[in-house]
Amino acid sequence: MARKKTETKQPRQLKGQDLLRSVENGSLRSDVPDFKAGDTLEVGMKIREGDNERVQVFSGICIGRKGSGVRETFTVRRIVQGEGVERIFPLHCPSIAHIKVQRRGKARRAKLNYLRGRSQRAARLKERTPRQKK
Amino acid sequence: MTKALLGKKIGMTQIFDEAGVLVPVTVLQVGPCFVVQVKNDREGSCKAVQIGFDERKRKNTPRPQLGHFDKARVDPRRVLRDVEPEDGAELEPGQSLGAEVFSGIEFVDVTGISKGRGFAGVIKRHGFHGGPASHGSQTHRRPGSIGPGTSPGRVFKGKKLPGHMGAERVTVRNLRVARVEEGRNLILVRGAVPGHNGGYVLVRKTKAVHAKG
Repeated sequence: MARKKTETKQPRQLKGQDLLRSVENGSLRSDVPDFKAGDTLEVGMKIREGDNERVQVFSGICIGRKGSGVRETFTVRRIVQGEGVERIFPLHCPSIAHIKVQRRGKARRAKLNYLRGRSQRAARLKERTPRQKK
Repeated sequence: MTKALLGKKIGMTQIFDEAGVLVPVTVLQVGPCFVVQVKNDREGSCKAVQIGFDERKRKNTPRPQLGHFDKARVDPRRVLRDVEPEDGAELEPGQSLGAEVFSGIEFVDVTGISKGRGFAGVIKRHGFHGGPASHGSQTHRRPGSIGPGTSPGRVFKGKKLPGHMGAERVTVRNLRVARVEEGRNLILVRGAVPGHNGGYVLVRKTKAVHAKG
């Protein structure tokens, strides 16, 4: 006693974690440059002071990226007045004005935490040059 | 329009708000909910509407319920719940309701079945501190004394002891609506919601009176 279908079929919808991903994708930035641990970055953060907005620049070596999707963050380390300073930025944060890659460093691991124990000279990384095809 | 809708917890994630602040949110899929029955009182004014949510195959639906759904010309649904209609709202069986119910709404209450924890001890269940871990201590996760001796000679009712925890109905009130996506029937509320991902929830315009604007 099949009665007539009473409603129109909905288009196939995403479910569960795929749906969650698609919600996250809406807040991802598309202008993130390609960089990895070892690269020297210049990060501009928009800072609100009362009514006007200015950009504060923080530059240093990226010592790692962590997480995925909207949760992805990266850590930038620099030496300020002889003291090591690290800042962790959410990669997709809208208050980041720009990320510029100034130098590509050669790093053989994904997290460069070993730089923390090193003096400034020992913490230098060789420049990475794109490999030529033979 | 109704004051509440049935939905499904999709999961938690984070979004950036207009000020660039990272907000923890739970994604809820509310709807499409279909009006299955309109319940009027003797004067004929609408007191409650029964809404159904989530698809169910005809072959898996009990026969008596099939008749109920066919009467409203709605495909079988998995969950049925009575909800209060908005004052003066015209609702008819078969009508579809979605996330648009919550557009412009700032706060909601979310009811769900909390995650089951099984038979849990007092530390997990009631937040007791437990005994010392070392120095010869033999009471690590025990409740300790549960009352006086001969007088009263019994344990008081309601004493916090180990037992079954979770898998009960929990309502979280006053959750801020971070975003409403009418197209996909999604609402994003700030903070956590009871139950596991994929669990059914009831989302209601808040009843709580709150000071914050």
